Amino acid sequence: MLKPSGKSIPKTLNQPEEIIIERGRAARHYWMDLWRYRELFAILAWRDISVRYKQTVLGVLWAILPPFLTMIIMTVIFAKVAGLPSQGSAPYAIMVFAGMLPWQLFANALGSSGNSLVGNAHLISKVYFPRLIVPGAAIAVSLADFVISLAILAVLLAWYQFLPSLQILSLPFFLVLALLAALGPGLLLTALNVTYRDFRFIVPFITQLGLYLSPVGFSAEVVREKIGDTFYLLYALNPMVGVIEGFRWCILGQSPFPTLELGLSLVTTTFFLWIGIRVFRSTEKNFADII
Amino acid sequence: MSSPIIQVENLCKDYVISHQGGTENYQTLRDTVSSWFKKSKIKNHASSRGLEIFHALKDVSFEVQQGEVLGIIGRNGAGKSTLLKILSRITEPTHGKVRLRGRVASLLEVGTGFHGELTGRENIFLNGAILGMTRAEIKKKFDEIVDFSGVEKFLDTPVKRYSSGMYVRLAFAVAAHLEPEILIVDEVLAVGDVAFQQKCLGKMKDVSASEGRTVLFVSHNLAAVRQLCSRALLLEKGSLTAHGSVHSILSAYGQSMEEGAPLAVPRPTPDLLERAYTSALRLETLDGGSLSFARVGESWRVRLRITVCQPLKEFVASVGLVTSEGIGLQTVWSAPAEMTPGDYEYVFTQTEVALAADSYKLIVGLSAENRSIQQFEATRVEITGENPLIVCPATSGYGLVLNSMQVSMDRI
Repeated sequence: MLKPSGKSIPKTLNQPEEIIIERGRAARHYWMDLWRYRELFAILAWRDISVRYKQTVLGVLWAILPPFLTMIIMTVIFAKVAGLPSQGSAPYAIMVFAGMLPWQLFANALGSSGNSLVGNAHLISKVYFPRLIVPGAAIAVSLADFVISLAILAVLLAWYQFLPSLQILSLPFFLVLALLAALGPGLLLTALNVTYRDFRFIVPFITQLGLYLSPVGFSAEVVREKIGDTFYLLYALNPMVGVIEGFRWCILGQSPFPTLELGLSLVTTTFFLWIGIRVFRSTEKNFADII
Repeated sequence: MSSPIIQVENLCKDYVISHQGGTENYQTLRDTVSSWFKKSKIKNHASSRGLEIFHALKDVSFEVQQGEVLGIIGRNGAGKSTLLKILSRITEPTHGKVRLRGRVASLLEVGTGFHGELTGRENIFLNGAILGMTRAEIKKKFDEIVDFSGVEKFLDTPVKRYSSGMYVRLAFAVAAHLEPEILIVDEVLAVGDVAFQQKCLGKMKDVSASEGRTVLFVSHNLAAVRQLCSRALLLEKGSLTAHGSVHSILSAYGQSMEEGAPLAVPRPTPDLLERAYTSALRLETLDGGSLSFARVGESWRVRLRITVCQPLKEFVASVGLVTSEGIGLQTVWSAPAEMTPGDYEYVFTQTEVALAADSYKLIVGLSAENRSIQQFEATRVEITGENPLIVCPATSGYGLVLNSMQVSMDRI
């Protein structure tokens, strides 16, 4: 064996950790590693945010225009054409926007996390880090657009001179729930997307259909009246029903607390998170080979 | 002696490869769903689709001590990159075990994760984080990194506007300031100009000598391996065939290449079969022995066999040498000749060898009436050894040609 030459070798500063690489072994320190790589998480999110509107003329306007225009169209169609009622005394436009907020967040988060691994293929095949960081950071990016949308909400509230209730303080809870609702399916889709590129076509489809399957342009109460209580239970299995009604409860304060919807939402969100993490973790070790 | 910093035991890695044509090697869902229904015949199914298990690494075991700089050499497809990918935890081994005692940073490509839209400054932070540095560490070393890269003027320019040289310099500067216990480097020095390559080699040498870091270095550039490494591994077709001092491994590698002579030539296309093509190629010493690398100052020659399939006018065979960065060094043409169908042999002999130790590409070309018939990169010519005529290695240890300049100084 070669002896390290006469020079004194400085003791490594940190206690050298021992890493063992074996088939199926990666799991051991996974969650600790995830914590250790939190700075990478932050920097990937920051990268995506700062690159997002580079070389565009309208810049941040792109975060404002789509939800704003969608809100106007939905208000016209559902309130004026279909004549659906709002919640209590809340202006219809604000009710729609209170639903748009979590929906846009969910759709953006799902879209960006669903494509995140394939979009970062060059990183995955060249460097090690817990792969969960990639879809996680993608979801964090959708928060940036959410914050901008919150500003539009503030403008709307001022415009209609509508004062939100104190319940708005519980908004962060529903915000987290919306992110978790997107994270579960997002993990599942992005992991499957690595092997089967079919799944990249599914995400736009889900978000397009979901817009109508969730009570965005109308209140859940209207749906309940039309389809009856039994089918409503089925309807509320869509995790976004609870989240959207929760947002409305926070912002408008015109409806009772959506206990049933929230309960079902928590159940489906947990279920998808469990499946998403399981599938992601079990396929993760092969990402670099097949991506 | 303390326990080794890297311990590799019986490492294997298998890949399933598909022989069925098509550049898209990812499965579609339909393929998998349809295979569910044929589960009983899955083996049949696999072979009918031309699937095959490819053993990228076979039972590789070795140990590395702290502070060692280990070169890993072998031909293309010998499993070098797979080994590095397993050691950097990018992919999992199929069998076997690796024990690493320390932080690992791997540099499998220069500028991993660089984003074209971001400025140089931003990319330093991004790339550093991707390679495993903390923000505080990067901040502390920021000035050093910028200094090393020499691109301070363009720090606030998006890197997509950088020249490729600046890009590589910035990327390597970040990597060079990593402080892991184990540094894994793959072929990154193949880019960048010679002066910068030497700077990088020097930096890597410092890192291992003064700071006790362990470096694993893969390169086709045997001169760089010789310069940097104390010990080396030789991989052949996925197996570890030799492990020892860098000198013994380099000569073992030379032998293994000689056993493999003559050099591979491209299979002629139908078009070439009607005109003319290279049928065999050999690199040899002047006494006829085959060789794959020459020592500095040694003579060598290229024996080129061609098959002419139809009468050709003004036929010319040529051989050229190009540096690994693609700079042409020399081209030699045969005198134009009228050819009738048959087999011919050309011999190009290099006597006055003025090339410095480095890795060069040998290009072969055939043409008739000034129009190219066939042209291909035949092999790499390794010229190894110390450059004997360099007067003052500390300041002029690199260059393409051997030094034939006289240096004198007088007080005036």
